Amino acid sequence: MRNVASLLLLGSFALPALAETPSRDLELALAKSLQAVGNSRLDVALNEVDSLLKANPNFKLAQLVRGDLLLARSRPINDFGDAPNAPKDRVQDLREEANARLQRVQQQQPVAVPKYLWQLAPGQRHVVVVDTGKSTLYLFENVNGEPRYVADFYITQGKKGADKAAEGDQKTPLGVYFVNQHLSRDKLTDFYGSGAYPISYPNEWDKRLKRDGHGIWLHGTPSDTYSRPPLASNGCVVLSNDDLTHLGSHLQVGITPVIITRQMEWSDEADRNDRAALLKEIEQWRSDWSNLNTEAYLAHYARDFSSGSVDLPAFAQQKRLVNSGKSWIKVKLSNLSAFPYPNQPGLVVVNFEQDYESNNLSNRMLKRQYWMKRDGRWQIVYEGSA
Amino acid sequence: MNKLKKLSRIAALCVFLSASFAVQADEIQDANKLFKQGQHAQAMEKVNSVLASKPKDAQARFLKGLILTEQGDTANAIKTFTELTEDYPELPEPYNNLAVLYAGQGQYEKAKVALEMAIRTHPSYATAHENLGDIYAKMASQAYDRALQLDKSNASTQTKLAMIRDLFGSGAKSARPAKPTVPTLADNKPVAAPAPTVAPAPAVAPVAAPAAPKQAESATNPAAEVLNATQAWAAAWSAKDSKKYLAFYAKEFKTPGGESRSAWEGQRKERIAKPKSIRVEVRDAKVKLADPAHASVGFKQSYRASHLNTTSSKTLEWVKVDGQWLIVEERSGK
Repeated sequence: MRNVASLLLLGSFALPALAETPSRDLELALAKSLQAVGNSRLDVALNEVDSLLKANPNFKLAQLVRGDLLLARSRPINDFGDAPNAPKDRVQDLREEANARLQRVQQQQPVAVPKYLWQLAPGQRHVVVVDTGKSTLYLFENVNGEPRYVADFYITQGKKGADKAAEGDQKTPLGVYFVNQHLSRDKLTDFYGSGAYPISYPNEWDKRLKRDGHGIWLHGTPSDTYSRPPLASNGCVVLSNDDLTHLGSHLQVGITPVIITRQMEWSDEADRNDRAALLKEIEQWRSDWSNLNTEAYLAHYARDFSSGSVDLPAFAQQKRLVNSGKSWIKVKLSNLSAFPYPNQPGLVVVNFEQDYESNNLSNRMLKRQYWMKRDGRWQIVYEGSA
Repeated sequence: MNKLKKLSRIAALCVFLSASFAVQADEIQDANKLFKQGQHAQAMEKVNSVLASKPKDAQARFLKGLILTEQGDTANAIKTFTELTEDYPELPEPYNNLAVLYAGQGQYEKAKVALEMAIRTHPSYATAHENLGDIYAKMASQAYDRALQLDKSNASTQTKLAMIRDLFGSGAKSARPAKPTVPTLADNKPVAAPAPTVAPAPAVAPVAAPAAPKQAESATNPAAEVLNATQAWAAAWSAKDSKKYLAFYAKEFKTPGGESRSAWEGQRKERIAKPKSIRVEVRDAKVKLADPAHASVGFKQSYRASHLNTTSSKTLEWVKVDGQWLIVEERSGK
């Protein structure tokens, strides 16, 4: 049994205090049990795992550990998941879950802000950041524009990992997405558990890169399964049902961003300078437009700009035509948010409410732009309604 | 789970109270015989007639439990053994059989508790230890099934069937002398001259056990010394001299349940103090010397206390420390 801890490549470790959620308690109990194994206290290990299974009998990883601990009383065991005739792949899955969860337990609660959260709109009460490298979903709260850590959860991603490119590749997409919809339990089969939140994959950037596929959801687990292995879905992000319910209470359909990265990066000094430069450039764009300084306004758009259907020459032609018919315009931006794109340096997704007034037309719209930093200058590569 | 079929049979209890109730004992012996011949209904009739005059009779109730088990009346068998554990909590056999029945129903947690009780009353009760090992293995396999979604949703049913098949499978088989720990009545008479036995491994020296301790007293060879120590150990136990008895156990002695030394000593003292009298006899002892300082002694231990009379196979592992032989391990069974 001494092998269980060593097979997981773990020595002894400290258990830091983290935000309390039911799943966190469970993870801590599991870690304590494995730690007890490492300390040759199999009785303690079994007690710990028994009590967590009392609350969650469908926690398969804990059942496997319990199996090992019980079997060790009957005969010496040689391997993690030493069940006779155990399917190797399933044992391997659970071993990976053990590793992922134990790494999570050893993580300190984040004190910094992820670099993907340059600006939150006042109406965005929460934001979700998924770190596929750590099998973890972080929930941040918007406290007067400042993201503040609330909780994090163990998640399952696609069987083939992250960076989805094509339909059926069984990968989880990386990018900036938004919660599109909420499907409650009664509209779903048992497979999706306590509910589902489809997200906006493929987004404008994905489409531009010709990435396809659909149906990427945050969802729960079947009723007989507490959690799934780290790599198990067809691309969805899967949480335990309790966690999904907990998370769901903070999600706003059409509003809450879900940013998925392969490796979390945290905000730093350079990052803050970049942010200031971008916000300044956005303001310049607004003012050039408001001042009917059409050529300066159009100079904010990149050579390879596309609205999805219209390229730069067509776009410029149309804007010149419109602007020539105006004696005055006023453009006001509000509820602006800015989310740097993970795994794509220098790309930022910007959303705002645009209040447009002119001598002959007024409208309000939600607009989305993708800004890209090229040769030290921020330019718009995509623009459309959000 | 095929291994978990070790129902304790009647023997230990057959001698229970037999001296004072010879006639009753005869009737029980008859019932036992019928039972072993597979004539369950007739056996039950006899048992019931004993119970009519002596409703509390332990051996009759025990046999009744066995008959009910064989007849597949698990619920009443469980009831019978449970009541026996309540009235005679110091007897390990009813606990063991209760555990086997629970295990047959897939109630491993209950089976485990029952076996732990059996071991608490009788730490060297090999059958309970073996069964407990099997229970742990079964519980492990249950956990594995849940962990890995192995399709064994009816595992408990399979177990039950396996046990029943074993009990009914061959009439002759169920009539076999059940367990090394539960000898037949005849076995209880001390064997006059144990035949010398030869140990299988050529590296070790087989030694025939002397019938009486004094034969080994003057011995200077290690095998004789260790036999001497074994007899002295039994004598200290028989004398209810806890201090002397416990002094035979080495510092590094492996306690049977892995409990602390002090907890184990406390338990032993209590158990040695409790009966009015104890008589421990070592018979058929075989010494295997690993080297001049390490020896293993296997023997039949007959234990008679005021309330209990059992014979079991036992092995003591001895080590010589500073000229003195000390026990480092005590195992029941062969």
